[in-house]
Amino acid sequence: MRQHSTFSRRRLLGTGLAAAAGLPFIGCANLGGGPSIGRVVIVGGGFGGATAARYLRLWGSNVDVTLVERNGSFVSCPISNLVLGGHKQMSDITMSYAGLEAVGVKRVQGDVTAIDPQAKEVRLADGRKLPYDRLVLSPGIDFMFDQVGGLGTPAAQEKVLHSWKAGPQTVALRRQLEAMPDGGVYALTIPKAPYRCPPGPYERACMVASYFKQFKPRSKVLVLDANPEITSKKGLFEKAFADHYKGIVEYRPNNELKSVDAATNTAKLEFDDVKADVLNVVPPQRAGDIARTSGLLNMNNRWAGVNWLTMESTAVPGIHVLGDATFSAPLMPKSGHMANQHAKVAAAAIIQILQGQPVNATPVVMNTCYSFVTARDVIHVASVHQYDIAEKILKTVPGSGGLSPAANQVEGRNALSWAQNIWADMLAT
Amino acid sequence: MIQITRLAVLGPLMAAALPALAQDANLGRNLAATCANCHGTNGQVRGDTVKPLAGVSADKIVAAINDFKSGAQPATIMHQIAKGYSDDQIKLIARHFAAQPAKK
Repeated sequence: MRQHSTFSRRRLLGTGLAAAAGLPFIGCANLGGGPSIGRVVIVGGGFGGATAARYLRLWGSNVDVTLVERNGSFVSCPISNLVLGGHKQMSDITMSYAGLEAVGVKRVQGDVTAIDPQAKEVRLADGRKLPYDRLVLSPGIDFMFDQVGGLGTPAAQEKVLHSWKAGPQTVALRRQLEAMPDGGVYALTIPKAPYRCPPGPYERACMVASYFKQFKPRSKVLVLDANPEITSKKGLFEKAFADHYKGIVEYRPNNELKSVDAATNTAKLEFDDVKADVLNVVPPQRAGDIARTSGLLNMNNRWAGVNWLTMESTAVPGIHVLGDATFSAPLMPKSGHMANQHAKVAAAAIIQILQGQPVNATPVVMNTCYSFVTARDVIHVASVHQYDIAEKILKTVPGSGGLSPAANQVEGRNALSWAQNIWADMLAT
Repeated sequence: MIQITRLAVLGPLMAAALPALAQDANLGRNLAATCANCHGTNGQVRGDTVKPLAGVSADKIVAAINDFKSGAQPATIMHQIAKGYSDDQIKLIARHFAAQPAKK
């Protein structure tokens, strides 16, 4: 172990200098603050991973940070439902990683195939190996396609879309909606909680309905929810369905999807079959594959347990897990905003750990989630979570947080401002 | 051995580079970072929808948050968020933002 750490530290100093020499904005990147205090590899460039990269550089200018992400640019899930509704374009939610590179983050585009926590090394599909002192894993979610019969093949998955990761599937679902004739049925299935972005499906129903209302008014949005009721902002979404989309949106609780027939766009429920023109299945989810193959999923074999002081895995030391992949604390949503907050707790802790200093004993995170119910009217839910020393968990503060009293356009502007600011915060644009 | 020597020399340098009250300084910084998602990194907000916090006096920020807490100042969301932070935490947050340059 001792030899390993000496070896990685030497590698780290060497590559750190090499990276610095290649940086165009060396003066701005603050790499002149002295030799690296440690090498951090981050896997996943979403809300969690990108924020971790940015804040490790912001707060620890002498930390050597490498961000591994398979995609060449960032596509935001928040606001992507507006693309489905035709109110925003893909270019509005697609951003480059250049800002992070400009602050000294070394970006590696590739697929991580394995993590070796003994050798402290990340292995990529192309054979590259990245040694680390601390690893940050922000893998998001992957889908449990095996839980939905008939959805196991690539052909079925290309036809029955999830669009629950923003990107090509967002574009493809929008095309299906555009191609659907007026008078058609768009069916959206929602898995049992927990899943990524609790209010997201209901916002999607509103956005697709807003498109139908304007361009295909005889069409229907059928929401088939495995949950017994709307899982987030219930009264506000019910009011939106009634006020804006009466006769368009039909909501059915306790309708768990069992299987699909992709050829006929049929959703097979417990007592009922529903044939749709566009079938959009949000499958059950668990932490991203790399967290599973790395042995991190110690909670229900689905999520990664973490120490809330540091976001370090409770299964494998030296690996910090962020965002949707974690086993959420009570009332903590799986959201991009929360992943950003996790990342700041982790970044602060990692810098302390690399310096041999105690970590913050009282971390705080908060969540703000805006949902569009029309192209302009927005509702929110907010919460603040403080660390409880006795229970060793982040807990919501009694009396804090809450919902919008009603959908409104002021929050419509605030929601877009939120997106602009969180994207800038995580991508250092 | 080379690495160990280098680290031994670095030790005191790093200690000197860090303020003696690093723990306290980081607490305000860490708390203020929870606001950045809406108010911008270090309070340097983008756009003109949300009021900037960077460079605003700590007293002003504390007063504004207390008005949200009490309901004296109506808000869409800040009254709910303000109630999640203690008075001491709000002071630390305010001090951090006050010390930031207004423009990036």
